[in-house]
Amino acid sequence: MRYLQIIRIAYRALNRNKMRSSLTMLGIIIGVGAVIAMVGIGQGAKKMVDAQIASLGDNLLTIFPGSHTAGGVHGGAGTVTRLTEDDAKAITQFCPAITKISPVVRTNAQVVAGNLNWGTSVEGYSPDFVSIRSWPVASGTFFTDQDVRGATKVCVLGKTIVDNLFPDQDPVGQIIRIKKLPFRVIGVMSSKGQNAFGRDQDDLVLVPYTTAQKKLMGVTYVNSIIASANDRTEIDLASDQITQLLRQRHRIQTGEADDFTVRSQLDIASVAGSTSQVMTILLGAIASVSLIVGGIGIMNIMLVSVTERTREIGIRMAVGAKGKDILTQFLVESIVLSLFGGIIGILLGVISSKIISGVLSWPIYISPPAVAIAFFFSGFVGIFFGFYPARKASMLDPIEALRYE
Amino acid sequence: MDNLISTDHLTKIYNLGDFEIHALREIDISIQKNEFVAIMGPSGSGKSTFMNILGCLDRPTKGSYFLEGEDISHFDRNGLARIRNLKIGFVFQTFNLLSRTTALENVELPLLYNGANIKNRDEKARKALSMVGLEGRENHYPNQLSGGQQQRVAIARSLVNDPAIILADEPTGNLDTRTSIEVMEIFQSLNEKGITIILITHEKDIAAFAKRNIAFRDGRIVKDEIVKSPNKAKELLLSLPPVEEDEIA
Repeated sequence: MRYLQIIRIAYRALNRNKMRSSLTMLGIIIGVGAVIAMVGIGQGAKKMVDAQIASLGDNLLTIFPGSHTAGGVHGGAGTVTRLTEDDAKAITQFCPAITKISPVVRTNAQVVAGNLNWGTSVEGYSPDFVSIRSWPVASGTFFTDQDVRGATKVCVLGKTIVDNLFPDQDPVGQIIRIKKLPFRVIGVMSSKGQNAFGRDQDDLVLVPYTTAQKKLMGVTYVNSIIASANDRTEIDLASDQITQLLRQRHRIQTGEADDFTVRSQLDIASVAGSTSQVMTILLGAIASVSLIVGGIGIMNIMLVSVTERTREIGIRMAVGAKGKDILTQFLVESIVLSLFGGIIGILLGVISSKIISGVLSWPIYISPPAVAIAFFFSGFVGIFFGFYPARKASMLDPIEALRYE
Repeated sequence: MDNLISTDHLTKIYNLGDFEIHALREIDISIQKNEFVAIMGPSGSGKSTFMNILGCLDRPTKGSYFLEGEDISHFDRNGLARIRNLKIGFVFQTFNLLSRTTALENVELPLLYNGANIKNRDEKARKALSMVGLEGRENHYPNQLSGGQQQRVAIARSLVNDPAIILADEPTGNLDTRTSIEVMEIFQSLNEKGITIILITHEKDIAAFAKRNIAFRDGRIVKDEIVKSPNKAKELLLSLPPVEEDEIA
């Protein structure tokens, strides 16, 4: 096989100058290794953000009360509290793209159990909360529709509350006091950890929203409404249906602005996703610079090699090598150099990513396409930076080359 | 007789900016198959330029060069490379072997550029090495061989493609007298087998082994004569006192 022969010649030529070849390769090794590790870090961050956003619940839609407009002055979001329990009920009834819905009523309160107390967020929901947020109960039960109808004083605790109020006993069945009212603990939520913005999601007490409205706050409005669409593909449809329904219910004339905002999980995900995408590209670009520097190293050494081996080139031409043969020989040499460096670089990149993720506990994701791209890019670097020296070699005049000392 | 080589007003002019050097001035010459020609002349006489053109390493400025009846003076680089590969074998003063490459691989080199397969290559190269008396040294590297042996490897390399001509540029220039005669013996025996040989030399003794002597001066042929009774290298070697060859093998 002719190509095998060419590769063998290239391998031998490189083997002749082991030190030089390995130093040249080092440039590519570092370049490829850096690209793999940096892109791994970027993609790891993206994966983490994606996972956290997914953990908020699949197909989640959130309806916030909108800005209040009076005489051309726009208040901020939430300046009107016009969302009600009835809005939520209407959405369940008239929006076919919505399966689950829960009003959100939120207040801050001091929670007391025995001689321990803890300031936290007390949040009222419907039983659909569990499936909308895909957040299961760890022990005990969640409250039911009956609890909502009767506004019973039951609660489900987040993990952080349990740690602070019931350090060494099972809280289920115990009584805690919220704003001096006794609540029976019927369950404990599983731990969800921090969210993408560093807030402890387990630091909360869940109660039926009716209980929160009537017993704790004395209000009739709800802070917001969360809902989940039938399917990921129906999120936009669901959002449109809700918008239409609420405009109707709130008697908003055509041309007037909505007094509420419907925001979907996808909106948040795409923003966060594009942020980490930018980070990945940025890290990759910085690392690519070192790959290009490595390529210049190859070009440099190939130029030296061509000059050094002028006589060899002359001999080969004298016995019948065409320009093309010489070009191929040197090009293959630089490709072998860069691809070999690329392979070692990939190994180095993977190993160093593992070390980084181990030591700094950063999530790192090495994607196969990134590895493949790094490999082919290193081959491309070999061709790109090897071409000029190879062409120079192939253009030599055989007489001059033979005479070269 | 069929002309293996013939030239028609072959002219080479080197343009050095302000002035021109006429290296060859309208050379007309023909060389038949199976000749053994020695080309002589002082440096600057144009003999090397002539050799380069015959060897298809260079192209004439004017005139034509016919090799086996084909005018190749207008061939491009690739065309000339093909002719060099198939029809011409070179032997140089400085041997020009690839270092750190075995004798066998050096001999195989021309075969790499005409697509011969590995088995064929190996066979042909071994045969060529045995023709120059180097069986058993196939895997020696040039630095493990004496000067004479290196030159014999180079001759084997020039032979391996069954060329029409072997061009030797001062092949004995770097060798002592005895080794020179040994090399000439190889040339003579190859010539007896029908191979055309053209060699450049400035030593009269060496030229005396050839069948025809041509002398160049100032880009012109000043002498072209048939050697009446060329020296026989074989006989000469026998008359020399036996020398212990200092082989490094």
